[in-house]
Amino acid sequence: MLNYAIKRLGLSVAIVSLAMFLLFCMIYLVPGDPASVALGPRATDAMKEALRVKMGLDQPIWVQFMNFFMGAWTGDLGEEVLSGRPVLDVVFEQLPYTLVLIAGGISWSVALGIPLGCWAAIKRGSLADRMVGILSVAVIAVPSFVIAIYALLIFSVTLRWLPAIGAGEPGDVGDQLIHLILPSLAVGLGWVGYIARMVRASMLEVLEASHIRTARAFGLPDRTITYRYALTIAILPTITLLGVGIGQMLSSAVFAEIVFARPGVGKLVYDAILTRNFPVVTGAVLVTTVIFVLLNLIADLIVGALDPRVRSSF
Amino acid sequence: MSTLSISGLNVYFSTEDGPLHALKDVGFDVPERRIVGIVGESGCGKSTLINAILGLLADNGDIRSGEIVFEGMRDLTKLSARGMQDLRGLRISTVFQDPMGALNPVLSVGRQMTNIQYRSGQSHSEKVARAIEMLKLVRIPDAENALARYPHQFSGGMKQRIAIAMALMMEPALLIADEPTTALDATLEVTTIELLKDLQEKIGCSVLFISHHLGVIAELCDDVVVMYAGEVVERGTVRDVFQRPSHPYTRRLLECDPARQTQRTRVLPTIPGEIPDLRARPAGCVFAARCLDRHDGCDQHQPERSVSGGHAVRCNLVGSRQTQGEQA
Amino acid sequence: MRSVRRLLREPLGVFGLALVLLVIFGAIFADLLTSWDPTRINPRDRFLGPSTDHLLGTDQLGRDLFARVLHGGRIALYVALVSTAISLAIGIVLGLIAGYGPRWLDNLLILLFDAMKSFPTVMLALALVTITGPSLTAVIVVVILVNVPGYARIVRTQTIAIKTSEFVTAAQSMGASTTRILRVHIMPNVIGPLVILASMDIPVVIAIEAGMSFLGLGVRPPTPSWGSILNDGFGQIRETPWIAIAGGLPIIITTLGFTFLGETLRDVFDPRLKGR
Repeated sequence: MLNYAIKRLGLSVAIVSLAMFLLFCMIYLVPGDPASVALGPRATDAMKEALRVKMGLDQPIWVQFMNFFMGAWTGDLGEEVLSGRPVLDVVFEQLPYTLVLIAGGISWSVALGIPLGCWAAIKRGSLADRMVGILSVAVIAVPSFVIAIYALLIFSVTLRWLPAIGAGEPGDVGDQLIHLILPSLAVGLGWVGYIARMVRASMLEVLEASHIRTARAFGLPDRTITYRYALTIAILPTITLLGVGIGQMLSSAVFAEIVFARPGVGKLVYDAILTRNFPVVTGAVLVTTVIFVLLNLIADLIVGALDPRVRSSF
Repeated sequence: MSTLSISGLNVYFSTEDGPLHALKDVGFDVPERRIVGIVGESGCGKSTLINAILGLLADNGDIRSGEIVFEGMRDLTKLSARGMQDLRGLRISTVFQDPMGALNPVLSVGRQMTNIQYRSGQSHSEKVARAIEMLKLVRIPDAENALARYPHQFSGGMKQRIAIAMALMMEPALLIADEPTTALDATLEVTTIELLKDLQEKIGCSVLFISHHLGVIAELCDDVVVMYAGEVVERGTVRDVFQRPSHPYTRRLLECDPARQTQRTRVLPTIPGEIPDLRARPAGCVFAARCLDRHDGCDQHQPERSVSGGHAVRCNLVGSRQTQGEQA
Repeated sequence: MRSVRRLLREPLGVFGLALVLLVIFGAIFADLLTSWDPTRINPRDRFLGPSTDHLLGTDQLGRDLFARVLHGGRIALYVALVSTAISLAIGIVLGLIAGYGPRWLDNLLILLFDAMKSFPTVMLALALVTITGPSLTAVIVVVILVNVPGYARIVRTQTIAIKTSEFVTAAQSMGASTTRILRVHIMPNVIGPLVILASMDIPVVIAIEAGMSFLGLGVRPPTPSWGSILNDGFGQIRETPWIAIAGGLPIIITTLGFTFLGETLRDVFDPRLKGR
C-alpha cells in the first residue's frame, strides 16, 4: 500500500509540473504581451517597460521559466497587480466558498445518484430502469450553466422559494445552507446522471457474481444482499469517478458562482479577467489544477483503502 | 422418509427461439442420512436442477409440473419466495463449485459467517463462537484470527473448506454440493471429500453431490443418478449402477472414465456427437442419436423400467440385454 | 443498412435524430425561416415579449431573438464541426506516435495527456482568453485542448492492440513499410470507434462554445451565439425572462439531441464502447 501511495504521489507531482510547464508556454509563447495586457491600451511605453522588469519579462525565457516554476512550487505565485497582495493569499481567501459549493454538488450527486442507480439495477429492464437511464443521459448532456439559469428562473424569480444571489449571512449557517441549495444543485445535477449510470452498471455486474448466488443460497434477505453484499462493492468505482468529477464540478462551480453572484475562485478569476489582473488568473488556475490532481490522488488512495483486494496487491 | 423426493419435474426456459425444455420428468429420492450423487456431462441439467430445488431459477425459467417434496411435507415448487428463503441456508445449504468467487471479497470471513446466522436469535458473541467452532471443524488453522481476514487471504482449498463450514453451520437437513472439488487439485480433492463425509456423519444430514467425476461419486456416494440432456436415464445404488450399468449412456460414461482405462490409449475415448437441441426434444429416447445400440423401438416414449429394487433405467433394451451381464 | 434500420427502431435514437435535424435545418435555412436581421438594432422594439411578429420576442437592443437563435445555431455547428475535425486529426497523429513509437515517447505523451486533462476546462479557457482576448479561435483552441487527450488515448490503445496482432506481424515480416502498416492495417480499425466517440463529444463542444460566449470569452458581439443570448437574458432575468429562455432552449435541444443520437449510435454500432 505504501509503495502504491508513493508511486501515485510521484505521478501526481510529475503531472502538476508538466501542467505548470504547459501553462507557462501558453502565457509566454502565445502572441500578446502580458505587460500591455495588464496595463491596458492607454499605458505609455515607459510604464510597460517598468512592469516588464518588475514581472521579470526582460530576462531570457529559461530564466523566466525557472523563476515561474520554482515560485509556483514554493507557493509564490506573484502579486496582485492592484493591491500588491500575494496571489496565493487572495486565492486561498476565496477557495473555501468554492470547496463548500463543490461539497454541496457532491452531496446532491451521491444522495440522488446512488439510490437511483441501485434502484435501476434491481428493476433492470423495467420502465423505471429506462426512465432513470434517459434521465441520467439528459442531465449529463445539458450544460450546468443552463441548469443554473433555469433553476434561478424557476425557483428564485418565478416561485420565489429560494434566494437568488450571494452566499448568505456570514455566521448564519441556516441562511448559508439555503443559499447553497440552488448553486450546488446546478453543480451536482449532471453528476447525478454519471453516478446513477456507474452504480447501475457495476451493480448489475456484482449481482451476477457467484458470491451473490452463494449469499442467496444461504437465505440472506434481499435487502442485506443488495445493500451490504452488492452495493458495498458496486460503489467502489464511483469513488474514483468522483475524483475526476470534482475537477469537472470545479468548472461548473465557476458558472454557478457567476450566475448566483457567490464569492469563490471562479468569481475571482472572472473578475480578474475583467480587470486584467493577470497573475491572479494564472495563480488561480494553478491552485485549482493542484487541487484537481490531489483529489484524483485521494480518490485512488481511498479506493485502495476500501477494497482489500487493491490494498494487498501493491 | 426421504429428505428430498423429486417426481415428474419439468422445467422450461423461455428463449428468443421458443421454449427450451431443460428438465424432463426428473424424479429421484434423497433418503435421510444418505449421499446421492448426480453425474452427467456439462449441459445435462445439473445446475438447473439445483436452482429449481433452491428456488433460484432465472427469471425466464419456469417449473411447469412436478413436485419437490422436502422432509416429506413441503412441496418446494409451491412455496412462496419468502418461504423458500426461510429454508435456504437453514434447512437446505449449498456449496458451490468456484471457491475463488463464492465468498464476498469485501466482507471479512467472520462478518459473512455471523451474517448467515441472522435467524439463530443468538447474541453476537455466540455467533462468533459458533463460527470459530465451525472453522476448527474444517481444520482452518488459527481459527480465531481467521475471522478478521478477507477471502483473498486464503488459498483455494481453504476457501472451499470455509464455504463448507458456512454451509454446515446451521446444521441443515440437506446439503447440496455442486462440484465442490472440481476447481481443486487431486490431493486437495481427496481431503475435501473425506472432510465432507466426516462432517456429514457428524451432523447427520443428507447430501446431494453433483460431479462429473465418476471416481469421486463411487468413493463418496450411496446412490447415484445419471442425467443426460435434462433427463434421469439411470438411477440406483452406486453398487448397482457401477457394477451393472444398464443404460447405454451410463456404460459409455464408464468406458470414458480415465480411471477405468484398462488398455493404454493415446487419446481418451469420448462419446461422439452432441446433446440434442432442447428446444426440439426427440419424442423417443433422448440419447438415441448417439447410441450404438439404436434400433426401431428407440423412437417410442421411454418410461422408467425397473432393473431390480431401486435400480431404474429409461431404456427399452432393459430386460432383453440384462442377461448378457455386460460389464464395462 | 441493417444498422440504420436498427437505429430507427430505437425511439430515443429517432427522437435525438429529429432534434439534431431540426437544429441543422434551422441553421442552414435561417435566412428563409425569418426575415429579421439577427444583428440589426431597433431601439424602438426593445424588450418585446414573444408574439406572432417576433416568435421569441426581442432583446435589450430590439433584435429579433428567433433570428438570433437560428443564426446562433450556425456558430455552434461551425465550432463543433471545425474543432472536432482538428481535434481528431491531432489526436490520431499523437495517438499513432504514442502507440507505434518508442516506449519513452509513449510514456512522455501519456504524461502530457494526463497533464492536459488535469486543467479544469473553464480555468483553461479563462487563462487562455486572458492572453489572446475573446474570439471564436480561442473557443476552438480550448475545445482542441480538451478533446485531443481523449482521442489520442483511444488511438494509442487500439494501435497497441492491433500492432501486436498476427496480421500486422505477418505484414511486417513480408516487408511492409511502417507507413503502409499504419495506413492499411491500423487506421481502418481505429477510425470507427473514434468517430462514434467524437459524435458523442459534440454536445460537450457545443456546451464549451455556449459557456465561453456566456462568459463573454467566446464570440464577440454583435455576432449571435446561444451563449451570448443567454448572457443578455441573464442580465434582465427578472424583468424579461424570455430572453434567457430563448438562449437556453436551443442549447438544451441541441445537447439532448446529439447525446440521445450518439448513445443510440454507440449501442447499435459498437457496444464495446459502452460505459466509457
